[in-house]
Amino acid sequence: MPDVTLTVDGQKITAPAGTLLLEACKSHGIEIPAFCYYPGLSLQAACRMCVVRIEKMPKLQTACTTPVTAGMVVITDSPEIAQARKATLQLLLGNHPLDCPVCDAGGECELQDMTFKYGAADSFYTEPKNHREEQKWSPVVYFDRPRCILCYRCVRMCGEGMDIFALGIQNRGSSSVIAPNIPAQLSGVVENGVELAQLDCEQCGMCIDACPVGALTSGTYRYKTRPWEMNHVATVCTHCGDGCKTTLGVRSVSDGSQILRGDNRDKSGMNGDFLCNKGRYAFDFANNVERLTSPLVRHSDGTLKPVSWEEALTFAGTKLRDLRQQRGPNSIGVIGSNRTTNEENYLLQKFARTVIGTNNIDHHRTADFVTLATALQGTTGKFASQRDVEKAPALLLVGGDPTNQAPLTAWNIRTNVRLNKARLYVANHEEIKLRRQAKAFVQVAQFGYGAFVESLGADNDFSNAVRAEEQLIVIIGNELRGGELANLIKALPNAKFALLADYANSRGASDMGVLPDVLPGYQSLQGSTIASEYGAADAPGLDLLAMFDAAAAGNLSALYVVGSNPVKRFGIDPTALKSTFLIVQDLFLTETAALADVVFPAANLYEKSGSVTNSYGDLQLVSKAADKAGTRSDFELIVRLADHLGHDIKSLVPFGSQAKGLRADQGQTRGAESGEADRHAVWITANNLEPKLSPFDPFAILDEIQRLVPGYDKLLRLQLLSGNDQHIAPASSGLVQIENRKDLVLPSSDTLFTSGSLTRYSPMLQDVQRHQTTEVSGHLTSAD
Amino acid sequence: MSAIANTIFSPELAARFDKLVTIYPLKRSALVPMLLYAQDEVGYVSDAVVAEIAQRLDLLELDVRNVLSYYSMLRTKPAGKYNVQVCTNISCMLRGGFELLDHCKHTLGIGHKETTEDGLFSLEEVECIGACCWAPAAQVNYDFHDELTPAKMDAVLDTYRAREKK
Amino acid sequence: MPTLVSHPDEVKVLSKRFGLGATNIDRYVELDGYKATQQAIEQGPEWIINTMKASGLRGRGGAGFPTGMKWSFVPKVSEKPKYVLINGDESEPGTCKDHLIFLNDPHAIIEGAMIAGLAIGAKTGFIYLRGEYRYLLNIMEKAVADAYAKGFLGKNIFGHEGVDFDIITQTGAGAYEVGEESALMESLEGKRGVPRIRPPFPAVVGLYGGPTVINNAETIANVPHILLMGGEAYAKLGTERNGGTRLFGISGHVERPGVYELPMGYSLRKAIYDVAGGIRGGKQLKAVVPGGSSCPVLRADEIDVGLDFDQLAKAGTMLGSGGIVVLDETVSIVEFALRTIRFYQHESCGWCIPCREGTDWIKKTLTRFHAGGGNKKDIDNIQYIAENMLGRTFCPLGDAAAMPILGFIKKFRPEFEEYLAGARVANPLIQIQPVGEHELAGAH
Ligand SMILES: Cc1cc2nc3c(=O)[nH]c(=O)nc-3n(C[C@H](O)[C@H](O)[C@H](O)COP(=O)(O)O)c2cc1C
Ligand code: SF4
Ligand code: SF4
Ligand code: SF4
Ligand code: SF4
Ligand code: FES
Ligand code: FES
Repeated sequence: MPDVTLTVDGQKITAPAGTLLLEACKSHGIEIPAFCYYPGLSLQAACRMCVVRIEKMPKLQTACTTPVTAGMVVITDSPEIAQARKATLQLLLGNHPLDCPVCDAGGECELQDMTFKYGAADSFYTEPKNHREEQKWSPVVYFDRPRCILCYRCVRMCGEGMDIFALGIQNRGSSSVIAPNIPAQLSGVVENGVELAQLDCEQCGMCIDACPVGALTSGTYRYKTRPWEMNHVATVCTHCGDGCKTTLGVRSVSDGSQILRGDNRDKSGMNGDFLCNKGRYAFDFANNVERLTSPLVRHSDGTLKPVSWEEALTFAGTKLRDLRQQRGPNSIGVIGSNRTTNEENYLLQKFARTVIGTNNIDHHRTADFVTLATALQGTTGKFASQRDVEKAPALLLVGGDPTNQAPLTAWNIRTNVRLNKARLYVANHEEIKLRRQAKAFVQVAQFGYGAFVESLGADNDFSNAVRAEEQLIVIIGNELRGGELANLIKALPNAKFALLADYANSRGASDMGVLPDVLPGYQSLQGSTIASEYGAADAPGLDLLAMFDAAAAGNLSALYVVGSNPVKRFGIDPTALKSTFLIVQDLFLTETAALADVVFPAANLYEKSGSVTNSYGDLQLVSKAADKAGTRSDFELIVRLADHLGHDIKSLVPFGSQAKGLRADQGQTRGAESGEADRHAVWITANNLEPKLSPFDPFAILDEIQRLVPGYDKLLRLQLLSGNDQHIAPASSGLVQIENRKDLVLPSSDTLFTSGSLTRYSPMLQDVQRHQTTEVSGHLTSAD
Repeated sequence: MSAIANTIFSPELAARFDKLVTIYPLKRSALVPMLLYAQDEVGYVSDAVVAEIAQRLDLLELDVRNVLSYYSMLRTKPAGKYNVQVCTNISCMLRGGFELLDHCKHTLGIGHKETTEDGLFSLEEVECIGACCWAPAAQVNYDFHDELTPAKMDAVLDTYRAREKK
Repeated sequence: MPTLVSHPDEVKVLSKRFGLGATNIDRYVELDGYKATQQAIEQGPEWIINTMKASGLRGRGGAGFPTGMKWSFVPKVSEKPKYVLINGDESEPGTCKDHLIFLNDPHAIIEGAMIAGLAIGAKTGFIYLRGEYRYLLNIMEKAVADAYAKGFLGKNIFGHEGVDFDIITQTGAGAYEVGEESALMESLEGKRGVPRIRPPFPAVVGLYGGPTVINNAETIANVPHILLMGGEAYAKLGTERNGGTRLFGISGHVERPGVYELPMGYSLRKAIYDVAGGIRGGKQLKAVVPGGSSCPVLRADEIDVGLDFDQLAKAGTMLGSGGIVVLDETVSIVEFALRTIRFYQHESCGWCIPCREGTDWIKKTLTRFHAGGGNKKDIDNIQYIAENMLGRTFCPLGDAAAMPILGFIKKFRPEFEEYLAGARVANPLIQIQPVGEHELAGAH
């Protein structure tokens, strides 16, 4: 669109023709009040707050629906306009409770702000206000009717944004009301003899987020505190692999600081407005009373007993050292996590490879990133980012069900289709919901993705259309692995690719080399720089399942499990581990932890700093928001364990600097002669970085990651620290195609309301699951 | 044969609906008439009516309820067999609409939106029904009765009572 | 059955077949029926539109927009099908003229719709009747079926190859707002009757996204007559820029209420005193609402005005739907105002704040005021609210609610003040109710 110039309040401004006047003004710093307007949702012209005077128009016009035209002369503020807005507010307040001091939105309410601005608070309305009881529609969505100003943002957010259509407008005139999809008389939910309407939906809370007032409130946050009594920390969601940025509202409590709210305040993340149910509400596992807050050691009577940190670490360290000595490093295995930071993942595999001295390191893999990296090595611009999904003109989704497993991906796809008319092609073995946005859908046989990939070369409408796309993003579900995945990538030489994994740092775990057969950055065990620096074994180690086989066969002397529950996830027979010394580091006494000899209580992702990489390779900063007394970060625990093994910490975490005479250490002599630290010090100096002071500072290892891991070397620290996401393409050349690699991808099969082992520790998720399976099941044909 | 197995409507109405959904450029256009015709047959728009109409038009039940609740002729509770709707809007008001409404309240012994015990009559005060020049006017179901007086209203009610006796 | 009335001053163009059995298609044909359509097919769109423009016909739905001009706004070529939509929602209190057309001359509406279709290149017409008009819908449906049976509707009409026209009849289900043209389209598309954002205007993006001409039933029933008599001849019947005649419904306190076809510009005084026989029972005239309930009231001393769009506008009110409601000296303006706002409060679609909240607020205040609980501030408050609704709402219903209220206060303020001083109606018509949330009729 060509730009046009118009005059607003005497100031000349320029905007692309067709831009809404309200947006054009906003981008020039002229704020026009608006209740019903919401960027990206359909226009309403309902609230009449945005009225402005446009020359030659007989009446005031709504800036939210008027496109700018050349030569337009606009006045956005005048006594007439202020009076119109004031009157509108007065009318609204006539039926509005004005209970700001107790309202959840108090301090964050657009109506409250406007009322002050236009001096409409002194209402002369003398009729009794309509009172209605607050309604609980679901465990997370509450509705307070008198507070509702009928801006319809919630209705549009749910319908247009979420494609759920669970909210409607009912009745008319002053009886108009927002209604959920299950009417009272059908819900079967009765409280105090009154039937209650219920909400059968994704429980994402997007409606609440969009609500400009306190009419929709969240079950997890209601009446807990006021916005200004919390600290707000921006970090990354710990659940799925999409990488939403979330702002956690935290408040000090006796044993640390507690998360009270998850939301999306600054909307600066790649998720924009979006958060799903888990991102918004499922932080409550962190506050669960079952959290481990003391190290545990198995006593002679067979039970796990709390002991001091020193005792537990000494016991575990000594035991590991002895076992390594007696039975060799390759008798020990290490299992990492999908939810720990990049720094922790990197550190853990380095621990396995350099402290223990084995390649027996793996994690629960939820996508085949090794194949992706290998297939795309040496290319540039072939890895798609999450942000690409929101703006690419064409998308092909092969396998996967983003609606349920990667909700942000689904949101971005829907948004792109809705706002930019992107062309979506879907190939799936299920009739996934995103087919509703698709231009074309092909049903694939359950295990028929290989055949589908072949058919992409054939002459049929779907394949022809896909091949004709010049700027195609291919989003691949974790059904595709190994050869099928490689062939898909080969079949579409002009496309960009993304592979969906299931957890917050699944991609990071792979990128950081928590794998038995590749090093960080998918580097080969033999001959790569990193291999030579590690000086570790060059034969692949045991994979996760092989470790348990070895344990069952009596060949695994010790196993160190960090933030993972393989016993449950892989259905491991507990007896397999009876002759293995098991150290588990976790939040809860999971099935795996329950079998351990030593258990370390760990902090979760919301309680630490570092970085994570989402499925797409978008790297983001994780900031410590909460704090739980009695826990430590996995990073610290790994370092301490290494220390108790008698390892030289400085060679594990390059911190401090001889050159600068720093003496931050663990009491050991610093390894000035260690080549590792030297090379690192040179790099630190060359990159103008301050040496890190503490071995527990994850940024000390991030320096090393940047130095050694291809792709991560491109990272801009300032960007990271500013909270911006950066896209990492791991591809370097020279990756070795590993022949006959076992397919060990095990999808988590999480739904919108589960998050692996965390599910059962989140009361909210439990509640919502119950709500969805009992209160609202079977009332409607389907919200789909 | 209805397009819907186990339709809750009479075969005639089901057949009419089968046809109705085909005549518009978009079948959703059939929604408002369907709701009204269904109410004519069932007596009100029951949950079952909502469900079947939603199914026939590929709409969410919520959608149907959103629309249904907008239109004032549609009701979700049963009314009397003969719904007496007395206009009290301006033209009727000037010529005795309110007196007529009061008269109906007394003779039928019911108030606005109430139903007689025998279920025969219900009463409603309505807005202008487009008979202003023949005011005061009332409708019993869809029948118009013009230039009413209390006495004429009694006679009108009697004709409906008589219909029942037959 | 509505009584048909007549008066020597009437000029019967549109109503000339009333009472002559024209619902019967053969009878209608005998009375020059379907001639205009055939002529229109032969003469083509340009001729039709020029004739309409020359006729000076202005929309009878209320706004008085020149019909020929409206038709000429429809783009010649359109990817999406074009439509004609006949507005028979007739719900403005005081208005019952379309009622008589549907009852007496349904084929004129069919013909008018076909001609509009020919003019703009539409092949489908919709005739939407308010839900209460079921017996009229039945008459319309029969007329449509008869026209199909004769080959007047459907494919190759009147034997003209490639000239097709279909008509679909539709019922509403109780909603005044659905008479507003964009809400009407929403309703016809199976949605809540909430208006659409304009622009785009229906002539460009209307029903199902296609260019659409929307006309009132009376407007459209005039069309065949205009084609037969010629645009200029029709125009000459009325006043400048107000061509032809129109159906005036005179109701309220007159001796002979009824629907009369009078030339545009006819004197309001004569309409009341001559045509409708003067004030009932020899009483004095107090006020007149000249064009349906949304038009500001005129006092008894303001009725020397001609009944056309421009003269009434000059007099500070509107011709609206042509429903003249006459109030004698016994009427309490407070009560009349309350009944008026109750209607708008009930019919507000609720979409926009000023109308939804404003009508409710005025209704509540007036209800209390009427019940004797008023105070001096109330009058100003009501005026303040109405003034702040005016021109600020999403659709004209908000104005339609505010204008009469402002009129009552402006013209009869002393009566409100006397009311406060205790001069209340002896026998209030409207029951004194406790003020609670007003319940909507229907499913609420
Ligand atoms: C609240 C409201 C109600 C209306 N009701 C009707 C109606 O019942 N019938 C009608 O023909 N026009 C009605 N109109 C006018 C229509 O919007 C539209 O102007 C008219 O149908 C156009 O036809 P015309 O140009 O032939 O008058 C209404 C307008 C408003 C704002
Ligand atoms: S929680 Fe999400 S899915 Fe549920 S009603 Fe709100 S927006 Fe819709
Ligand atoms: S609940 Fe909130 S978002 Fe929804 S209409 Fe009411 S005020 Fe707007
Ligand atoms: S989409 Fe994924 S990353 Fe985003 S909030 Fe939900 S679970 Fe968290
Ligand atoms: S003015 Fe607003 S609330 Fe009133 S009917 Fe029009 S859109 Fe609806
Ligand atoms: S923001 Fe423009 S009308 Fe609500
Ligand atoms: S006012 Fe009663 S029918 Fe019009």
